[in-house]
Amino acid sequence: MAQSHRLPSRGLVDRARTIGFRFDGRSYEGHAGDTLASALLANGVRLVGRSFKYHRPRGVIASGSEEPNALVELRTGARREPNTKATTVELFDGLDAQSQNRWPSLAFDLMSVNQLASPVFVAGFYYKTFMWPAKLWEKLYEPMIRRAAGLGRAAEAADPDDYEKFTAHCDLLVVGAGPAGLAAALAAGRAGARVILADEDFVLGGRLNADRRVIDGATSPDWAARAVAELESLPEVTVLRRTTVLAAYDGGVYAALERVSDHIAVPAAHQPRQRLWRIVATRAVLAAGSLERPIAFGNNDLPGVMLAGAARTYLNRYGVAPGKRAVVYASTSDAARTVLDLSAAGVEIAAVVDARGDAPALQEAAKAAKAPLILGGSIARATGWRGVSGCEIADASGRTLKMECDLVAVSGGWNPSMQLSTHLGGRPVWDDAKAAFLPGSCPPGMTVVGAAAGAFGLAQAIAAGAQAGVEAASDAGFAASAFDVPSVDPEPDVVYGRGPWRSPSTSAKAFVDLQNDVTVKDVELSAREGFVSVEHLKRYTTLGMATDQGKTANLLGLAIMADVTGRTIPQTGMTLSRPPFAPVAIGALGGAHRGKEFKPTRLPPSHFWAEEQGAVFTETGQWMRAAYFPRSGEKDWFESTMREVETVRTKVGVYDASTLGKIDIQGPDAAALLDKVYINAFASLAVGKARYGLMLREDGMAMDDGTTTRLSDTHYYMTTTTANAAAVMRHLEYAKQWLWPELDVAFASVTDQWAQYAIAGPRSREVVAALVDEGFDVSNEALPYMGATELTVCGGTRARLFRLSFSGELAYELAVPARYGDAMIRAIIKAGQPFGICPYGAEALSVMRIEKGHAAGPELNGTTAAADLGMGRMASKKKDFIGRAMAGRDGLADPARPRLVGFRPVDRSARLRSGSHLVARGAEPSAANDAGYVTSTAYSPSNGHWIGLGFLARAEERMGEIVIAHDPLRDGDIEVEVVSPVFVDPEGARLRA
Amino acid sequence: MRIACPHCGPRGVDEFSYLGDATLTRPASDAPEAAFADYVYFRDNPAGEHRELWQHASGCQSWLVVTRDTRTHAISQVEAARDVALARSKGAA
Repeated sequence: MAQSHRLPSRGLVDRARTIGFRFDGRSYEGHAGDTLASALLANGVRLVGRSFKYHRPRGVIASGSEEPNALVELRTGARREPNTKATTVELFDGLDAQSQNRWPSLAFDLMSVNQLASPVFVAGFYYKTFMWPAKLWEKLYEPMIRRAAGLGRAAEAADPDDYEKFTAHCDLLVVGAGPAGLAAALAAGRAGARVILADEDFVLGGRLNADRRVIDGATSPDWAARAVAELESLPEVTVLRRTTVLAAYDGGVYAALERVSDHIAVPAAHQPRQRLWRIVATRAVLAAGSLERPIAFGNNDLPGVMLAGAARTYLNRYGVAPGKRAVVYASTSDAARTVLDLSAAGVEIAAVVDARGDAPALQEAAKAAKAPLILGGSIARATGWRGVSGCEIADASGRTLKMECDLVAVSGGWNPSMQLSTHLGGRPVWDDAKAAFLPGSCPPGMTVVGAAAGAFGLAQAIAAGAQAGVEAASDAGFAASAFDVPSVDPEPDVVYGRGPWRSPSTSAKAFVDLQNDVTVKDVELSAREGFVSVEHLKRYTTLGMATDQGKTANLLGLAIMADVTGRTIPQTGMTLSRPPFAPVAIGALGGAHRGKEFKPTRLPPSHFWAEEQGAVFTETGQWMRAAYFPRSGEKDWFESTMREVETVRTKVGVYDASTLGKIDIQGPDAAALLDKVYINAFASLAVGKARYGLMLREDGMAMDDGTTTRLSDTHYYMTTTTANAAAVMRHLEYAKQWLWPELDVAFASVTDQWAQYAIAGPRSREVVAALVDEGFDVSNEALPYMGATELTVCGGTRARLFRLSFSGELAYELAVPARYGDAMIRAIIKAGQPFGICPYGAEALSVMRIEKGHAAGPELNGTTAAADLGMGRMASKKKDFIGRAMAGRDGLADPARPRLVGFRPVDRSARLRSGSHLVARGAEPSAANDAGYVTSTAYSPSNGHWIGLGFLARAEERMGEIVIAHDPLRDGDIEVEVVSPVFVDPEGARLRA
Repeated sequence: MRIACPHCGPRGVDEFSYLGDATLTRPASDAPEAAFADYVYFRDNPAGEHRELWQHASGCQSWLVVTRDTRTHAISQVEAARDVALARSKGAA
């Protein structure tokens, strides 16, 4: 029984290499060069899956990426992948595949009772059947439908494989390595042009390997292999196998997916599973060939029904007989080759049905195969249980002939694969003579050749491909010589598949879209219910919306809709295809950017030291910041944080402020530029002084804040918030380059160049004094609050010392070149030990800034103006600055606008929550009564209770008032007293000490 | 899409960040509030050629004036914004 359907000779498979694989737990053998589909067919396995909705038995219908039917789960465990197409899965040793959508087994599927209930599952059934009672939807209907329908199962563990991205540039990208594509690549490659040739298959040649053609006296597979060998010998040509060009984008950019390791069990070490290419191509030749379309007839989904071209592929490329006794049903002359090849391979031809009766080649082939010929007939339905065992043929006079067969090869014509030509909005044009949509206007630089352009003949395809290759090479400046177009075996006049699209209706289901189980009746129903537009048809019936994007179904559905509504195909319309051409794993789109590598991680200079101290870290944008430094015996973050705050408020602490954005600003007009971006004056700032500054957006809302220090007349040093550093840099460049181009000033981001430590607390001066080198005075007189100086520390290390305080204590910020950052933090801790120093993290910093009423991210939230933050008076009246005009709007001066205030709970043991909304006591908590909101809260060890900052309407008149902090989602409502936002040292005596 | 930065050559669009209409001019400091409101809030949405501000944010940091057809994304001109702004202020003077 082993490989019962493998032919004794023929094909490109390597019969010397046998490969073992498993399907649904059973072991089989195939050969190197097989796909899973060809190997299953070789073993006589026709039933490979159950359908999406009706759980009908399904087999292999196509031989490429258009396959709608033979979808399997591939591999096991974390590498399990649902909905892989058996027709594109390359056979490898140990391949393990499972059929989908069946329970308990493929042969005996209980869910196939869905068919009996099929009136319930017609198009639009979601909208009709399960409407009432609505409450059953979530609990009953949806889970039930999901279990019954649906595709395969996704893996339940994280993807263990790697993915990567490449960018490549070329003069010519050739999409498809069939005869036209090979000719284009050869013509351009021989001239020396940089060519990338991509094809989704693992053997190049397209239909040259599927048909028995003769080119220049060689068999077509040999000709293809020689062409590929020559291309691979050309240094400027890159040949990409297993690579699907997914999309065309603006500017000659194309996306392609290379399946680097899908044809082996597990990727090799350091190899990705898949690689996403971004290809920038001056010219592109689309030579993607064409895809065959079926004719709809009863039970046309039974295993054993196959596209006529696919039957040839299995015969000629894989050496597999897809059946023993075949009926060929076609409206084209092309299917004549199927008749001849089947017959030559020893498959008996039970009958040839020429659907229109006008294809002489088909009739001659029938005669040569000594097969009964039925002119102008149709297949009414296929018969059989789990596969075709016969069919009923209606002849032109209406008589029914019953025919035994195990293969029905069907062809309704060929659809050019010009999807990529429509990705930038080009609309295909219907060609009535060829019964096909042909490419309309293409993306700039793209030429469509061969079958993709409707030129179905082999000689035509080679000539057009070569011509396009020569043109592309000449365009790129290469002297391309004329290409000797080879001679090919005689080609009969083509009869195109111009209908019929379906056989006269029978009671059996006739499928249009096999993957989504859309039938001819569904299309008819859609028309009856008024969904006659092609866009409505698609959405109402789900035609073409499965993972195959309706590659075999769309035109058939459209043609039947045209038929039913008495319109032509172009009148009925066409849905455009969108990228990607084939499904892409999210992993490939993400590439290396996943998990920890999703974004860069930035570490401040003290990071490794902080790790040694056992710090717990928190992410702030890309930065890792120490949140707190737990000590033994402390049971949670709260205890550690409270201890850190106490230490800073009573002794001294150190915090790594290096994550703040730092911008070096130099130039004769540095002061003028700063005056434009800050609301307050900086030109008047004395050298050696720092000043707090607030910058606005042009609409008057606060954008960012920080301190800027004047180091010399023409040199300033700006700090920004950690989160906004890049946005501020961009804003400065915008102001300088676009708004005030005459200003002579330059910026450099120096965030990563300086390590900057805040040393805060009543003992901080003593610590700093111990660090600075002899001769530098850090007394209050020499370096008062907001003073700044350049000096050296620790025996000659260049440093900047700022008298700045965010905590509200006597404090300094000491900046040293980043490479000394690690040594500096260790030196600070050592110098601070006699004074009881401890490091503090972002949590303690946050508590202290809330205690001091300093606005931060939650307050600078994009909806607050300077006046809302209590900084309205800071704005200079003497100069223009960004945001000045809009900040002066009446609306922003309205006292009803919420302003920054502080809150404390009336019940001092109550916890405040940020996010609570504020309403007057006794008022109903509603949007109309919303008087503001709480932005930041903390437990204040200095006050012994929770405190909060927030914005409250008419805040000035409400000091001391009790309002309700409404928090329906967490702890409910609590009463809070409106107070000043400064909870610690309101006079600022400590920081000036 | 690709943008030919005048300093760095043609680069992928992901290196650039978009701002918006480059035909607007910031009103003079003494302009009425309404002029600023127009400048901040009102935008045309032309179908066709549009001059717009981009920044080569993952590159040389230059702000650029890009002339782009909004229907086809075809880019016909890329200029350094500073040059455009200087020429404009010369023209106004």
